[in-house]
Amino acid sequence: MIPEEAAKLVGKTDAPVVYEVEKGAIKKYADAVNDRNPLYWDEEYACNSRYGSLIAPPGFFGWPVKWTGAGPFDMKDSVGALALEAMSKAGFPFILDGGAEFEFMLPVRVGDILISSCKMAEMNERESKGAKLVFSILETTFTNQNGAVAFKVRQTIICR
Amino acid sequence: MAQQLFWEDIEVGSEVTPLPRIATTLMLVKWAGASGDFNPIHFEETFAAKQMLGKPIVHGALKRAWLVSLMTNWIGDNGTLKKLSCQYRGMDWPRGMKTLYEPEEGDTWWCKGKVTNKYIKDSEHYIDCEIWVENAKGEKTTPGAATAVLPSRG
Repeated sequence: MIPEEAAKLVGKTDAPVVYEVEKGAIKKYADAVNDRNPLYWDEEYACNSRYGSLIAPPGFFGWPVKWTGAGPFDMKDSVGALALEAMSKAGFPFILDGGAEFEFMLPVRVGDILISSCKMAEMNERESKGAKLVFSILETTFTNQNGAVAFKVRQTIICR
Repeated sequence: MAQQLFWEDIEVGSEVTPLPRIATTLMLVKWAGASGDFNPIHFEETFAAKQMLGKPIVHGALKRAWLVSLMTNWIGDNGTLKKLSCQYRGMDWPRGMKTLYEPEEGDTWWCKGKVTNKYIKDSEHYIDCEIWVENAKGEKTTPGAATAVLPSRG
């Protein structure tokens, strides 16, 4: 059922994407979530915390696929976007975000540079209430400017 | 921030301090810009209808971000979130806006959780929690799990 065009993407990894961790972006994110934690907002408070600077909320990054192509990066050629396009052509036009699993190794501070690497880890067929579904698992690792892994995320995208 | 939570303060079964959230159309617009998720199912009525969703739905990842707030607010500055996962099982629809700032009357969501395990590993003091977002009907639309390290009084 999983078309060859999509199946062949399993195991493939996108070209790395570089993210600068910017103060304004952190505040916009925290505002959207309605999170008033001073570690994201108050420079003086954050500098006096154990982090020593403003930090990004855990999960600030980790939406691994800007698959509409309308995001800040042109990701139309990403493994995730190509898989969804192939699934749509194969009769699975409906896309749902299934969930995410984050593992946080290091804090992400203002001024950090993160490099993400996103891999199509798995594609599995399932059946639910008589409907055929395809679950795609994307694994993304974010490495900081010191070469240390800051966090990882496994994202599930469901096509039906 | 609230008073710092310590590992010794927690028992298996302890409640994570619940966090209320109101999803609004305004919040969804802000989230789209902040997260980079510009899927029209979250802002366009006709597109959402064609995707068989009725009306634009709340981003799953926004509900995930609420759950991060639930945990980080509760564990405090000296607690560290190590893992967080959730599944977007149920759809949620935002309130409309009554004024530039005020939402229409309607549903309030609650982020909740409870401690399922506590243990020491590599000299660090861990807790595991079951967490979820609950809609106004009391349904867990976004169940998940979290692991955190807390400071110890020891």
